[in-house]
Amino acid sequence: MTDQPIPAGPDMEIDALAALQDKEPPQAPRSQWKDVWDQFKRHKGALFGGGFLIFITLAVLLGPFLWQVDATKIDIRNKNMRPIYVALWDSAANVGWNKPLGSDQLGRDILAQLISGGRASMAVGWAAMVLALVIGTSVGVLAGYFRKLDFWLMRFTDLVLSLPILPILLVAVTLFRQPLNNTFGPEGGMFVLIVSVVGLTSWMQTARIVRGDILALKEREFILAARSIGTTPAKIIRRHLLPNVISPIMVSATLGLATAIITESALSFLGVGFPSDFPTWGKLLADAVQRMEQYPERVVLPGILISLTVLGVNYLGDGLRDALDPRIRGR
Amino acid sequence: MLTFTIRRLFLSIPTLMFISLVIFMLLQLAPGDPMAQVPLTVPPEVKEKMREALGLGQPPLIQYWKWMVQFFWIEPQVLIDHWFGTSFSADAQRVISWQTRSPVMDIVVQRIPQTLWVVGLSYIVGIAIALPIGIYSAYKQYSVFDQSGTFITMIGFSIPPFFTGPLLIVIFSVQLGWFPSIYDTTHVVTDWASFKVQFNQMIMPVMVLALQTTAQISRYMRSSMLDNLGQDYVRTARAKGLREGVVVMVHVLRNSMIPVITVIALGIPSIFGGAIITENVFKVNGIGQLLITALFANDIPMVMTLTFIFAILIVLFNLIADVLYGVLDPRIRYD
Repeated sequence: MTDQPIPAGPDMEIDALAALQDKEPPQAPRSQWKDVWDQFKRHKGALFGGGFLIFITLAVLLGPFLWQVDATKIDIRNKNMRPIYVALWDSAANVGWNKPLGSDQLGRDILAQLISGGRASMAVGWAAMVLALVIGTSVGVLAGYFRKLDFWLMRFTDLVLSLPILPILLVAVTLFRQPLNNTFGPEGGMFVLIVSVVGLTSWMQTARIVRGDILALKEREFILAARSIGTTPAKIIRRHLLPNVISPIMVSATLGLATAIITESALSFLGVGFPSDFPTWGKLLADAVQRMEQYPERVVLPGILISLTVLGVNYLGDGLRDALDPRIRGR
Repeated sequence: MLTFTIRRLFLSIPTLMFISLVIFMLLQLAPGDPMAQVPLTVPPEVKEKMREALGLGQPPLIQYWKWMVQFFWIEPQVLIDHWFGTSFSADAQRVISWQTRSPVMDIVVQRIPQTLWVVGLSYIVGIAIALPIGIYSAYKQYSVFDQSGTFITMIGFSIPPFFTGPLLIVIFSVQLGWFPSIYDTTHVVTDWASFKVQFNQMIMPVMVLALQTTAQISRYMRSSMLDNLGQDYVRTARAKGLREGVVVMVHVLRNSMIPVITVIALGIPSIFGGAIITENVFKVNGIGQLLITALFANDIPMVMTLTFIFAILIVLFNLIADVLYGVLDPRIRYD
């Protein structure tokens, strides 16, 4: 191969300078996040999931301004109305445009209840997810970076992982409901309680993933370089380590949001969640189960909302995992 | 391997003790008072005596110690007495429920078969559905079957059991009237007709729980099969002329089952947790339902014991999963 004759001749003379130049104008440099977005766009389910999550968040945030009905207003004359679409097959049904999705046994408007219930569910989900992320990331970073803390923090994580979560949640919620209600009021107390118990029991996976990544990262040269010019550990963690573990944190954030919404609804369903006059999706579903033979929509509507939100969040997590993983990206 | 197992067994004892201490201290903070239903006419000094009779007069650590002695020392003796007709535990004080004033373990033993039937059967059904789905959708990756299978498992993953339960009841009990909505635990199977009744009432709770299991396990099965299908040994097996069925069902499947089996073992405790909700929906009087009623009735010894049983299950199956992983995969060495 090496002693192959080089084709020579005046007609084969190549302009060396022109060959080295680009034929087309140089492309703008691509940032990492642009690559991530391009990969994310190819995952149809993730696009749908993210879109639905944004839609439902906007709907519960802006819904009360568009549908200005008080969710807790009792209107006993218009009780037990069916949703408007029931009129399609049952002309005798008690429907009306003033209550598009019907009303419950006390005449409370179901559309307004779903909106304010969604507010509560999403607020609990986001707050618990953020709490779990903060705890998980701190434990993971501390355990990964400081070798002295590693053993004890990880043993502690293992211990918490082997706690029976749902029974403990039930116990904690039943026990601390009263004292917290006295401090923060019935709704605020329940919110603080559920957010903290869900957050305190779901940080372990994040901590493990973050620790593993930090352990690998801190042996890399750029950390050595940073340390050699005298950067303090706090600054190394903030400037160099945390930005590098952002992708596993984002993926576990989506999973955490899904778990938090489901856990809150499960607690409400078992009757230890929010009080009845402060609806969440799980509470609406639980309250409607007794009357589901006559009014199946009261079970189905909040159930579908919970399921679609969780489905959307899970798909979003799937897509994020693919998009944020540089080994999969670009394939 | 044996030393690893023994070491893990010994390590799980402090873990369990710590968990029980956490649960006990959590329950100590309970605001509920077992004396709440005692009439107000009972004089305070009598109330104090009743309280002491329940073992509430002493400091928490001594109460905890007594609970441990009762749970780990006396209850096994009761079990041995029951099996062999001996009388080790003749006069010993057992863990007493505040609700029924009878030993907690007796009630738990009465309730466990219902839970085991529903939970165990649903787990087996779930795995039996999940494995073929996972295998086939990995083998035909990106086919219509794979796409729809992935979509359905994602749905099964996302729909919570407290929604699928009422939904199935609305469809199959209310609209179609095929299955009963309440699980009758007093039903005894004697002949074919009563077996059919039992079968009918078990379908819905089992399917609700199995849906969750199926979704989880088939996802694991699929990704594990995909990991292995691209390996070199698969090409070798095909190159030496093995039939496709042997390659997939023997070579690939056996290697892919290693992580899946540990996932199956790890999932058993959480399916008991999920059974709390399902039992509540279908009114199965298993241990999940027992836990809920005990919580609402402020029955601290019952809650303590049940929560601890859940903890034992988790620690035990974590151990089993670790050991199985080492036994099944000779590449993994713990020593």
